[in-house]
Amino acid sequence: MDITIIYYLIPSLIMFCCGVYGFITRRNMIAMLISLELMLNAVDINFVVFNRYLYPENMEGMFFTLFAIAIAAAETALAIAIIINVFRSVKNISASDLSQMKH
Amino acid sequence: MESVGSIIMYVIIALSIVLFSVLTVATRKILRSATFLLFTLFATAALYFKLDYEFLGAVQIAVYAGGIVVLFVFSIFLTSHPGENSSQLVSRKRALGLFAALATFAVAAFALLYRCGMAMTQLPAMENPKMHEIGKALMGTGEYQYLLPFEAISVLLLACIIGGVVVARKR
Amino acid sequence: MEATIPVLILAIPLFMFLLLGLLGKFMSHKMAGILGTAGMGITLVLAYYTAYLYFFSGAPEFVDAAGNRLQFLVFNQDWLQFYDKLVIRIGFLLDPISAMMLVVITTISFMVHLYSNGYMRDHHGVYEHGFQRFYAFLALFSFSMLGLVVATNIFQMYIFWELVGASSYLLIGFYYVKPSAVSASKKAFIVTRFADLGFLIGILILSFYTGTFNFTELTSAGVGENTFAVSLSTAENIKNIFATSAAPVFMGGSVLTWALVLIFMGGMGKSAMLPLHIWLPDAMEGPTPVSALIHAATMVVAGVYLVTRLFPLYLMEGVSLTIITVVGAVTAFYAAMVACAQIDIKRVLAFSTISQIAFMMVSLGVARPEFHEGLGYMASMFHLFTHAMFKALLFLGAGAIIHAVGSNDYTAMHGLRKHMPVTHITFLIGCLAIAGIIPFSGFFSKDEILSACLGHNWVAYVWMSLVAGLTAFYMFRLYFLIFWWKEHKVPQGHHQPHDQPWTMTVPLIILAAISCVAGFIPFGNLVSWDGVPYDFMAHFDWSVAAVSLVVAILGILIAWRMYCKENALPEKMRKALPNLWTWCFHRFYWDELYMFITHKIIFDRVCRPIAWFDRHVIDGTMNGLAYVTNKASFAIRGLQSGKIQSYVWIYLVGALLLGIITALCVM
Repeated sequence: MDITIIYYLIPSLIMFCCGVYGFITRRNMIAMLISLELMLNAVDINFVVFNRYLYPENMEGMFFTLFAIAIAAAETALAIAIIINVFRSVKNISASDLSQMKH
Repeated sequence: MESVGSIIMYVIIALSIVLFSVLTVATRKILRSATFLLFTLFATAALYFKLDYEFLGAVQIAVYAGGIVVLFVFSIFLTSHPGENSSQLVSRKRALGLFAALATFAVAAFALLYRCGMAMTQLPAMENPKMHEIGKALMGTGEYQYLLPFEAISVLLLACIIGGVVVARKR
Repeated sequence: MEATIPVLILAIPLFMFLLLGLLGKFMSHKMAGILGTAGMGITLVLAYYTAYLYFFSGAPEFVDAAGNRLQFLVFNQDWLQFYDKLVIRIGFLLDPISAMMLVVITTISFMVHLYSNGYMRDHHGVYEHGFQRFYAFLALFSFSMLGLVVATNIFQMYIFWELVGASSYLLIGFYYVKPSAVSASKKAFIVTRFADLGFLIGILILSFYTGTFNFTELTSAGVGENTFAVSLSTAENIKNIFATSAAPVFMGGSVLTWALVLIFMGGMGKSAMLPLHIWLPDAMEGPTPVSALIHAATMVVAGVYLVTRLFPLYLMEGVSLTIITVVGAVTAFYAAMVACAQIDIKRVLAFSTISQIAFMMVSLGVARPEFHEGLGYMASMFHLFTHAMFKALLFLGAGAIIHAVGSNDYTAMHGLRKHMPVTHITFLIGCLAIAGIIPFSGFFSKDEILSACLGHNWVAYVWMSLVAGLTAFYMFRLYFLIFWWKEHKVPQGHHQPHDQPWTMTVPLIILAAISCVAGFIPFGNLVSWDGVPYDFMAHFDWSVAAVSLVVAILGILIAWRMYCKENALPEKMRKALPNLWTWCFHRFYWDELYMFITHKIIFDRVCRPIAWFDRHVIDGTMNGLAYVTNKASFAIRGLQSGKIQSYVWIYLVGALLLGIITALCVM
């Protein structure tokens, strides 16, 4: 049995769909952020897999993933800083309670 | 034709990815959610190792598992009571989320099967990228070399550090 | 010839306009009047000197070896260059007619400047409001008119043509607090603008085919550096250009005819030919010196001057000359009839002006080189010259009378001869001149015109003789009604009318003197259509002269019988011919006709539906768009809830839909 490219892409897709579900349904902002990380991770897998299967002699997909990881780290750090700040002011981190942020 | 060990490795990795992803979003305890995320990330790192990107796998573990998840755990401790269940989901919202997820799955899976299908069968042979090659590619300015994005990322990280400090600072 | 003096002739009035217009507020009224008059005086001297040089110096650029007069381009500067072929130039063309016009314009303008010093005050010597503005506008007008007559190309002429129109508008509306003056100025501007539309189209057609604006390339051939002689072969070449073009005929007439008739239409507007004459009588709302300068002597003859300028081209198309003749003849008769029934003395003079300009037009229309070497052309210019002098005299005299009496109507005058002797004598001279009594100037010029008519067509001759008789009649009707009829009664609280200060009488006397002697100028030696001088006394037709003299004296006698002493005859005549009198009095209802056409037909039938369309369809479309946008934004504002999860959900649905559509497309 060969492990073709689709064998890697389907778990990655499932991971992505879990991220979508979580992002839409969870109210806790940290949970939403976790879902976001899932989606990002799924995308990273895709980059790597395509790189590995289609262009094994190059490393573009790998580098893209590398940078994506760095950006994800930065984004998470900033998002958590914001969340903590919000928590300080409203004592709550539920997304639906933050509607006054738009004013 | 892959070796049996390789197939077994694949099955374990794929199953843990699927299982832990679903658990991450399905559990109602936020700390558990973070833990399952950590497992998912480990599984992903294992997948990178299996695909011969050892450096990437290492980075994945170091940055994601070691950095981001720790950040999550700390922020959870700062903002919520970890043992507490989150409130029950409104059924309408759950339906919306499920619909979105399944629809995404349907469309993307259809596209994948239709376009990729069983086409790319063989895993091509590849040397593990050596550290000094990666280093040269990161620091060079030629073709397939990434100094500019590297610098851009550095600046972005700097901006994030400053932003994070400014935002989270007590006033 | 150096360009200095010609440039100064144009520059001084322009400078005076700017000076008085910008700084007039800071100087006294008297100062402004003296400055304006002095500026015009210098221009007068320079223009006389230029004309003297042109006519009498015999310099090689003005006269060729055979003694024929040449056209001389003093300068011709590029002013606006669109591309190498379309160049608009501003220049100074000196030829017999422009030299003569320089003399006419500066003379009349100077007289009017001088006269206005006295006229634009009330009886106590207090200057009128806006006195400096008045002088500024007069200077602007003089500048524009001088620029018009020395134009080297048809576009320069058009530019100055519009400038004189604008300054005429400003001066008619000088009393801008008076509604009638405002509406008269607007009427004059709009009617002449309408005519200028035709002029512009004519210019465009002409220059499109010929590729030039220059008069020297349209009507004359070069004989030396910057000198040209009028040449029929050039005009024939132009005609051939039209005849060999892709579409030489348009709606039954050749394109050249159309161009010339359209250009003549501009002249009809400015020269108040039927049916575009309606603005001129109303233009009398302006101060009387303005009427004398603009609406009698100079601007209104611009149309005649235009036809004269392009005369060789008009010669190429007999149809256009016939049109000019017919328009002129009808206008002359019409205006003379109307002048017989007017009460306002300035209106009588206005219609008389229309009639006399029509004389000039007819004269041009019947001019042919084969008859007495283009006698009509010379006669037209001669009449322009003499008419400018005696009509300015009559207007200034009328202004003196109006100033003394305080009313425009002869019913308030009567029997003024003892009170205003100087005005009386000069006015009488003017009347004799316009009636054509030997030896006053009008006799000679009008006689030339009648001779030219006789040489062309006896119908025109009889017709114009009749109009000449009418002219004598209505002028002397006016004269007798002002100065005779009955003793003058001074209304309660008014001064005894008396002669005006020297600033007003001196111009009258000078103009009267010119009117007495101008007829003896050997005009044919100076002005002729091809520049070849000829002795017109050799062509003088004594039988025509005798007939016209008899007709004029007959007209005067009838007027004398009817109006010398108060009697019932005029009333009886009016009763006998009630319809004719009413129609004449109401100017044959032309104004009412225009009102009917503009209000009832154009406004009601055309403009109102367009306005409705604009308001309901075009505005309605825009309002509908705004309404739909408004409603749509209210309908979708719920999407902008501020809830990030719903944003994501909507985004995802959209992205999936796009994905599905793409998938369907590639399958």
